[in-house]
Amino acid sequence: MACFTVSLAEAIVVKVVQKRVAKKEKLAEQNHVTLEEKPLIPMSTRLGWLSKLLFGGSALLAFEHVWHGEVVPWFPFLTAMNDPADAMEMLTEIGTVGVGMAALVTAVWFAMSKTALFIVGRPEFKGSRMQ
Amino acid sequence: MTLLITVFAAVAVTVKWYNRKNDDMRLGSLALMYWGASLMWFVDAIVEYIELEAEFFNPEAADMLNDSFLGLSVVALGLVIWVVRLLIADPKGVIKKAFTRKTDATGTETMEL
Repeated sequence: MACFTVSLAEAIVVKVVQKRVAKKEKLAEQNHVTLEEKPLIPMSTRLGWLSKLLFGGSALLAFEHVWHGEVVPWFPFLTAMNDPADAMEMLTEIGTVGVGMAALVTAVWFAMSKTALFIVGRPEFKGSRMQ
Repeated sequence: MTLLITVFAAVAVTVKWYNRKNDDMRLGSLALMYWGASLMWFVDAIVEYIELEAEFFNPEAADMLNDSFLGLSVVALGLVIWVVRLLIADPKGVIKKAFTRKTDATGTETMEL
């Protein structure tokens, strides 16, 4: 009914964090932090992957909800809000399916992030850095 | 069907991204968008399976057709979002070049587009 809203909210938070981390990384670079101290794939890049997973996924899911008539372009935007019983069902769905979706995407991103660091850190790749 | 179509799109774009010559086309963003949606629909499918059990694998023909139509529309929307972002970012400078005024020998200003 509105399960994509959890992922959308997480995407916004991740985007804000990503911007802050990118700023910190730039500052550290300006302060001549040695290359050995930096990770092979910057945290801001990895957060960018999570942001794209969440924003992209929630955008396509929002379209599905429009398709099924659960999201409308007029107030209150969610058709379930017109009926208290439907609203309760919607909140339950947000708390279960919505949270599950956001948790799975974050878990997959975490695994993907660790795997990418492992791959880039393998001996044959040592010395090359992602921009 | 929506999940299946999105997974196929995600795999196809990921393979294309892996074989890319450079990152000018920003295929990584498109792949992540499809993977994000696929993961979310996977959770939806699990919840539906818990509710319907074996019936989940025997959908009505009309539902399958509607879901396929939705899946294709989702893939199309993803492509539209990607191409709009690509044109705005203009990593190859094609748009900028097309709209830049050029003055020829006679002093006439022209644009490529």
